[in-house]
Amino acid sequence: MSTPARPPGNFEITVDGEPVPARRGQSLAAALFASGRASWRRTRGDGRPRGLFCGIGVCFDCLATVNGIPNVRVCLAEAQPGDTIHTQEGTGHDARGC
Amino acid sequence: MIVIGAGIIGASCAYHSIRAGLSVLVLDRSGVASGTSGAGEGNILVSDKPPGAELDLALLSARRWSELADELHAEDPTTDIEFDAKGGLVVAPDERSLAALHQQADAQRSAGVTAQPLTTAEVATHEPNLTPQIAGGVRYPQDAQTQPMLATAQLLRSARRHGARIRLGTTVTGLLRGSSGRITGVRTDRGDLFAGAVVNAAGPWAGQIATLADSPLPIEPRRGFVLVTEPLPRMIRHKVYAASYVAAVASDQAALAVSPVIEGTRSGTVLIGSSRERVGFDRTVSPDVLGVLARNAISLFPFLRDVAALRTYVGFRPLCTDHLPVLGPDPRAPGLLHACGHEGAGVGLAAGTGTLIAEALTGTEPSLDMAPFHAGRFVGSQGVNREVQP
Repeated sequence: MSTPARPPGNFEITVDGEPVPARRGQSLAAALFASGRASWRRTRGDGRPRGLFCGIGVCFDCLATVNGIPNVRVCLAEAQPGDTIHTQEGTGHDARGC
Repeated sequence: MIVIGAGIIGASCAYHSIRAGLSVLVLDRSGVASGTSGAGEGNILVSDKPPGAELDLALLSARRWSELADELHAEDPTTDIEFDAKGGLVVAPDERSLAALHQQADAQRSAGVTAQPLTTAEVATHEPNLTPQIAGGVRYPQDAQTQPMLATAQLLRSARRHGARIRLGTTVTGLLRGSSGRITGVRTDRGDLFAGAVVNAAGPWAGQIATLADSPLPIEPRRGFVLVTEPLPRMIRHKVYAASYVAAVASDQAALAVSPVIEGTRSGTVLIGSSRERVGFDRTVSPDVLGVLARNAISLFPFLRDVAALRTYVGFRPLCTDHLPVLGPDPRAPGLLHACGHEGAGVGLAAGTGTLIAEALTGTEPSLDMAPFHAGRFVGSQGVNREVQP
């Protein structure tokens, strides 16, 4: 993903339609965590809550749909002004099954 | 008896032998399913084999796998090896390859394989997400899948419940011979172990074990990569592969041979193969090969273009250079039995292999003619194991 311009120091992202503050250089996971959210995904088997676990891109627990792309590891994604996050149920591709 | 190798073949030999009343010790220098068995897709296929001894073994094995899944579940209802009789679907990109595919299916039918020719439209009803840019296909309902690491572990767990012992982290460094020349056990880095029979189930390293017994076998590693996608809902119902796969398996070339093989798993990930290269035990990841795998997969299932690949793994198929497994007693080393050389079909052929090895050890009438698999065909062979020593 390209970053066209250096973002301002403080800005907003949107999480399930709600504005959430974020700072330049912050990961989306950090912004979610700072807003009081501990989980933003439910597992595809038993619907259990998942959020930040390893925080370094290894465990694939912190997945969310970001700007329409499912299964983004938000611990690795730098927050950009206007980012739209949707909490994710299951695989994030569930409408496609056959 | 001692089984060398705690992969799927060794596990099946242990499972069947302990039930036949033998005393069983399984050795592995590493862990359960730590080699080839933990680096594959868990294919149980009859579709990719032309009529002959290997297809007969595959048919026996496919029947046994279905029984094994039930046996393991009956013994312990919490046991699940993700056995799935999903069926295989072989697709042909053009009329010429479709004609060859139909010809092979006709021959396989006469050998006891169920093979259903499908038009392009019929293929679409079986696999709605497959590209329509194909000439047709053949469906093989006897093809199945299991999770190979679970299957290996559960077979060993059951064997242990019946009295088998398993020693991991134990490396075989030599074979012991009595004064009559008979193999009487193994030398390991933890001491000597004695047994009435030793079964060589060491996968791609089986040639090295055979060399320790001065009975060389031409077993070579054939490298393959698998690409794993993010978990998805069910998008692919069968094991789907291109008709060119059969030729790639049968090929003798050392250079890279790639043929698309794609399937879903219970956990939702899609496994994308297949590549074959004879490069020794080199584990270096090849981005070029992975790129070809991905492009081939997208050409069959266009939706994969928008799906992320999460990881990849590499493994070594134990190729016997005449393309047949080596099963049963070695006339050069009485007391040594081989259960090796299954190439990429070890999981599928394991159930039948374990059955046959237990029969050979107990002197029971074999379920199959063992002659084509006999190690005696390599008497006088020099082996090929110079190049595989790490």
